Amino acid sequence: MTFRTEDTAPWIFTIGLFVFWEAVCRIFSVDSFILPAPSEIFSAAVRYAGPLWRNSFVTLWTTLVGFLLAVGFGLLLGLVVGWSRTIYRGLYPVMIGFNSIPKVAVVPILVVWFGVGEVPAIITAFLISFFPIVVNVATGLATIEPEMEDVLRALGASKLDVMLKIGIPRAMPYFFGSLKVAITLAFVGAVVSETLAANAGLGHLMTQAGSNFQMPLVFAGLLALAIEGIGMYAVCAWLEYRMTGWAHRSTMNA
Amino acid sequence: MIELDDVTLAYRGRTGPVLALQGTSLKVGRGEFAAVVGPSGCGKSTLMKLVTGLVKPTQGRVLVDGHEVAGPVKIAGMAFQNANMLPWRTVLENVLLPLEIVEPYRSKFRAEKKQYVARAEKLLDTVGLSGFGSRFPWEMSGGMQQRASLCRSLIHDPSLLMLDEPFAALDAFTREELWCVLRDVWERIGFTVVLVTHDLREAAFLADTIHVMSARPGRIIETRKVDLPRPRDLEICYDPRFSDLVQILRHKIAEVRQA
Repeated sequence: MTFRTEDTAPWIFTIGLFVFWEAVCRIFSVDSFILPAPSEIFSAAVRYAGPLWRNSFVTLWTTLVGFLLAVGFGLLLGLVVGWSRTIYRGLYPVMIGFNSIPKVAVVPILVVWFGVGEVPAIITAFLISFFPIVVNVATGLATIEPEMEDVLRALGASKLDVMLKIGIPRAMPYFFGSLKVAITLAFVGAVVSETLAANAGLGHLMTQAGSNFQMPLVFAGLLALAIEGIGMYAVCAWLEYRMTGWAHRSTMNA
Repeated sequence: MIELDDVTLAYRGRTGPVLALQGTSLKVGRGEFAAVVGPSGCGKSTLMKLVTGLVKPTQGRVLVDGHEVAGPVKIAGMAFQNANMLPWRTVLENVLLPLEIVEPYRSKFRAEKKQYVARAEKLLDTVGLSGFGSRFPWEMSGGMQQRASLCRSLIHDPSLLMLDEPFAALDAFTREELWCVLRDVWERIGFTVVLVTHDLREAAFLADTIHVMSARPGRIIETRKVDLPRPRDLEICYDPRFSDLVQILRHKIAEVRQA
């Protein structure tokens, strides 16, 4: 394995960003209440490591539960929608309308139904992330090459056969691709809900810190959130690569 | 083997009904190699769908093997201009696909897989793809994919092979090579072939009978026997009888296109 500069690029860019940030804060002596320098953020992160860990964990598991629900439900609904044109035509406007509703507006309703806590966060994460999965799976199914379908149908294949042999394998790259979008959205959903109504989680922590004027801690919360997001995205990207390598042949041949 | 009796097919287009075929009659005998040529958009592909039972005629009757076609015929193999290999399956798995669908192979697929694999490998061997079974389609050239596609259309021993411009996307050398592959397989197994093409040389080289279609709405306006002796060699393309035939067909199609 050879060492390439390209592989170090993500680290260089990330570190460069923080260095630039630090420099700007020092040169213009920006008030840490407006924009804390990275050094302050990191020291806050170390000082409040305990609460950060605990709340990060809460956010992580609520996000993941919501995300997994979205995966299951999204896959199922995507298959149903992609299966039949009538269902597709019927459900699509409803889904688009549903997706257009800002999820922030739904949180108060969820709180009335389920009370303050993890459940609204899970449901918000679920609501915000299932849509891209449904759309992608349905698209994968709906774009089966007509010739390929003809080949099978002329042999007497049923609709189920066509779906099992072509539709579903064909939709898998779309599905795994959509997971990368869905997982980041799930974090957004969970944190939005935590910010509005929760007793734990990074969103809750940041709201609390904000009302105590602890800006470095707020930013430390954002940082933790970003790290979780990148981590889960990487897991989804890895899954995508493992499960549907055939769809990424250009990088495999390179 | 195939009989189209005054068949008309209309389908609903964006701007009202479109007449794809009108009053088409066609007969193809058992074991015959028939070619259908015609200007583009004349409903050649519609003809394929009618014969394989994918669409029903608006009027008239389609008979295959003595029975009126009411649904998918199940005895046909199909290949298209695009090889349509499934990229997540290896070449061998692609070739085996019809056996996973069509009876009686379907119910025995698990039990007799070894036998079927051997059969697929033998078929791959006849088209010059031995040893390529474990490759993925996208690791192969267009010509090789098309060979594999031909194997897939033949794996279930179809008594009817429907080819829709299967060699149109290939370069001239590969195309002629595949003509010979198809010729050899056909001469060995002796199934019925309907080859839709716009390549008149291809039709003249391979077919027993050439049917010329008119512009849309399509109709068979001329049927010509090819009396070139068999077995045919690529050399025959330089035979004056061959050139004459191609010339006549070309004129016929030019006429139709102007009409």
